[in-house]
Amino acid sequence: MAERAAVVGIGQTRYKSKRQDVSMAGLLREAVDRALADAGVSFDDIDAVIMGKAPDMFEGVVMPESYLADALGAVGKPMLRVHTAGSVGGSTAIVAASHVQSGSFRRVLAVTWEKQSESNAMWALSTPQPFAVHLNAGAGGYFAPIIREYMRRSGADPNTGIRVAVKDRRHGARNPLAHLQLPDITEQEVADSPMLWDPIRFLEACPSSDGACAMVIAAEDALSGDKPPAWIQGVAMRSEPTMYAGREEVNPQAGRDCAADVYAQAGIRDPRRELDCAEIYVPFSWYEPMWLENLGFADEGEGWKLTLSGATSLDEGGDIPWNCSGGVLSSNPIGASGMIRFAEAARQVRGDAGDHQVPGARKALGHAYGGGAQFFAMWVVGADRP
Amino acid sequence: MRDIAIVAYSQSPCVADAGAANEVELIMPQLQAVYAQVGIDNAQAVDFVCSGSCDYLQGAAFAFVAGVDALGAVPPIKESHVEMDAAWALYESVLKIRMGHADSALIYGFGKSSPGELPTVLSQRLDPYYLAPLWLDTVSLAALQARLLLEQGRVSERQMAEVVQRSRRNARANPLAQLAGDPSLDDLLAEEPFVAPLRRSDCAPVSDGAAAMIIATVEQARTWGVPYARLTGIDHRMENHNPCLRDLTRSTSTRQAAEALGVSDAPVDVAEIYAPFSHQEILLCEALGLGQETQVNPSGGVLAGNLMMASGLARVGEVFRRVVAGEARRGVAHATSGPCLQHNLVAIVEGA
Repeated sequence: MAERAAVVGIGQTRYKSKRQDVSMAGLLREAVDRALADAGVSFDDIDAVIMGKAPDMFEGVVMPESYLADALGAVGKPMLRVHTAGSVGGSTAIVAASHVQSGSFRRVLAVTWEKQSESNAMWALSTPQPFAVHLNAGAGGYFAPIIREYMRRSGADPNTGIRVAVKDRRHGARNPLAHLQLPDITEQEVADSPMLWDPIRFLEACPSSDGACAMVIAAEDALSGDKPPAWIQGVAMRSEPTMYAGREEVNPQAGRDCAADVYAQAGIRDPRRELDCAEIYVPFSWYEPMWLENLGFADEGEGWKLTLSGATSLDEGGDIPWNCSGGVLSSNPIGASGMIRFAEAARQVRGDAGDHQVPGARKALGHAYGGGAQFFAMWVVGADRP
Repeated sequence: MRDIAIVAYSQSPCVADAGAANEVELIMPQLQAVYAQVGIDNAQAVDFVCSGSCDYLQGAAFAFVAGVDALGAVPPIKESHVEMDAAWALYESVLKIRMGHADSALIYGFGKSSPGELPTVLSQRLDPYYLAPLWLDTVSLAALQARLLLEQGRVSERQMAEVVQRSRRNARANPLAQLAGDPSLDDLLAEEPFVAPLRRSDCAPVSDGAAAMIIATVEQARTWGVPYARLTGIDHRMENHNPCLRDLTRSTSTRQAAEALGVSDAPVDVAEIYAPFSHQEILLCEALGLGQETQVNPSGGVLAGNLMMASGLARVGEVFRRVVAGEARRGVAHATSGPCLQHNLVAIVEGA
C-alpha cells in the first residue's frame, strides 16, 4: 500500500574530530547543499525537512532544530525532529521516507548530524539519575561484557575483532570522506593498541567525529538528478527495553525481528546470497561477527568464521562486503552514523560509491542500532523499482 | 489516503511537583487508561508506538529510553520517538498508518519540568551563537511579544486578563487542571507585573505529568467497537528562529497550516489552543480564523496547567473528548513549539 519512494540525492561532510571552522548550521549545510545538488533540486523543491541527531547534550543545544530551521530551508514547511538514540540516523531516514510513502509529500530532505567536539559525549551519557544505578562507563564499557559473553559462547578466534578493525580501516582508506585514514594499518598495530574495555582495544573502537549526512527522498513522480535512484524496498524498526529478565543481549530479539521484517518486505530469504553488500552499525569491531549472526548472514556461533574467511572484505573480494565505506569504525558522528549506513547502501546501488564501490551492486542493506543494543532501524535499497 | 480515527485519550493531573515519581510512573497510569478505553492489555496490541519528550527536562541523555520500560516491549515493538511535543509523535504515527505499515498507534508524551528552572532551561534552545549566550528565558521573550502587541493596540491588558479569567473559570470543570477559580478582571489587573507587561497569571504554570492517545484506522476502531472521532486533517509549519526575523504579532505558520487544512471551510465548534501566554491565545485565534461561534479552551487550556512535551497532544485529546461526547461536531486543536510560537501544528477532529 505504501507509495514507492527512492533516494535521489546524497550529501555528506568530510568526517573529522573537530570542525572548528564551521558553526553547527554551517556543518549541516555542507551536507545539505551537496544532497540538493546531487538531486538537482533546490530548497524550493523540498516539501518537508526531517532532522535527526543523538542526545541534545552532545552539543549543549536544547532541541536544536528550532535554531537550524532557517539554515535548512524549513521556514514555511513541516519540520520534524527524530531522536531514537544511536539508531537515530536510520530512524530519521525511515521517518523521512514515511512522509513520501504515505502519499503526503513528494520530496523531502532528511538530515542527521553530530558535532561532538562541542561537548563531551562521555559526560553527556553519564549524568547521574535519581533512583537509578549510576553507570559511568560510556558505550564501550557497556558493550564490553556483552562481547566477552559472545566470545565465551562462540569460542571465537580472539583475533576476530582485530581482523574487523583492520578491514574496516582499509575500506575507509578508499573513502575520502572517512575520518580515520589508515591505509597501512596492520593487525599487529591493532593488537598493540591500548586495551580500553577488555576485550575492546583503542583501535577496535570507533572514533568521535563531527559531521553531517543528508538525503533527498522523492516519490516516483518526483525523481530528479542525473544518477539512478536508490529504490526503498523495505523499512523496519524495532525496540525492546534495556533490561528485562532473560533478555538476550548478545543476539537481541529486536534485531532479529527487525531483520526478518525488512527482508520480508524486500523479498529476501537468504541475505548473504541475495544482498550484494551491507552497511552495518559496527562501532566496536566485535559487533561485526555478532551482527552477522543477528542479521542472518551466518548461523549462531558462526559469524566470526565468516569474518575470518574474508567474506565481508572488499579488498579480499569477499562475496558479501560489509562497510565498504569504512563504517562506524572509520567515522562516527553519532547522530549521523546510522544515516551514513543508509546513505552508503544507497550509494552502492546507485553505482556511485567511488573507490569503495562493490562492482555491480544492485541490492544493499543499511542498518543502525542504539541504546543498549535495543533500538534497531534497517532498510533495503535496490537499483530495481520494487 | 486512509481515514484516521482517534479512539482513546487520557491525561494525568497537572501538578506543580510530582515529587519522587519518575517518568515511567507518570506515563504508566495514562497508558493503562487508554488500554482500558479500547479493551487491550498492553502496547503489544497496537502496531506502532511513538512518544515525545525532551532530554533537558529530565537532565539526562535518552529520557525516552526509560519511557520504553513503561511499554512492556517484550517481545520487541515497532517504536519511535521525537524530541518534540507528542503532538508531533501523533503526526509521525498518522504517516505510518497512511503508508499502510500500521493500523493502530499508541502515542504518549511526558515531562517532569519541576526539578529544573524551565524558562532558563529553554533559553538554551535558542541560537547557540547569538541568542543562547544572553540566557534569554522564554517568559522574557514572550513579554517582548506581548509588548509589541500592546503597543500596536492589537491587544489590551484587559483582553489578556479576560483570557486568563476564562481559562480559570473553564478549569473549574476540569479536575486535571492545576489552576482554577473565578478571579475578577480587576483582581487580575491589580496583580504585580512578573516580567512586564506579563503578570504571573498571564503565564502558563510549570506542570509535571503525561498524556497518552490511541489512534487507528476507522476499520480497526470499528473492530474494537469503541466510540471514535475522525482526525480529518493535521499539518504543521516552521518559522524563522530569530525573533527579530519574523513578525511576532502574527502567527504566520499557524495561518499557513490552518489554510492548508481548510479550518474555515466549516464551522468550528470548539478549539483547544496551546497558548502558554495569554496574549498568544488572542493572536492564535486570529491566525486560525476563529470567530465568536467557537468555544476556545473549554479545558482551561495550558494557562490552567502545562505539561511540557504533552500539552500539544493534550489539546488534540481535549477536542477528541468533546467530539466523542457529542458536545461538538467539529473541533480544532493547536500545538506550538519553540520561542514565541516558532513552530505550530493544527489538527481538525470531527465526529464519526
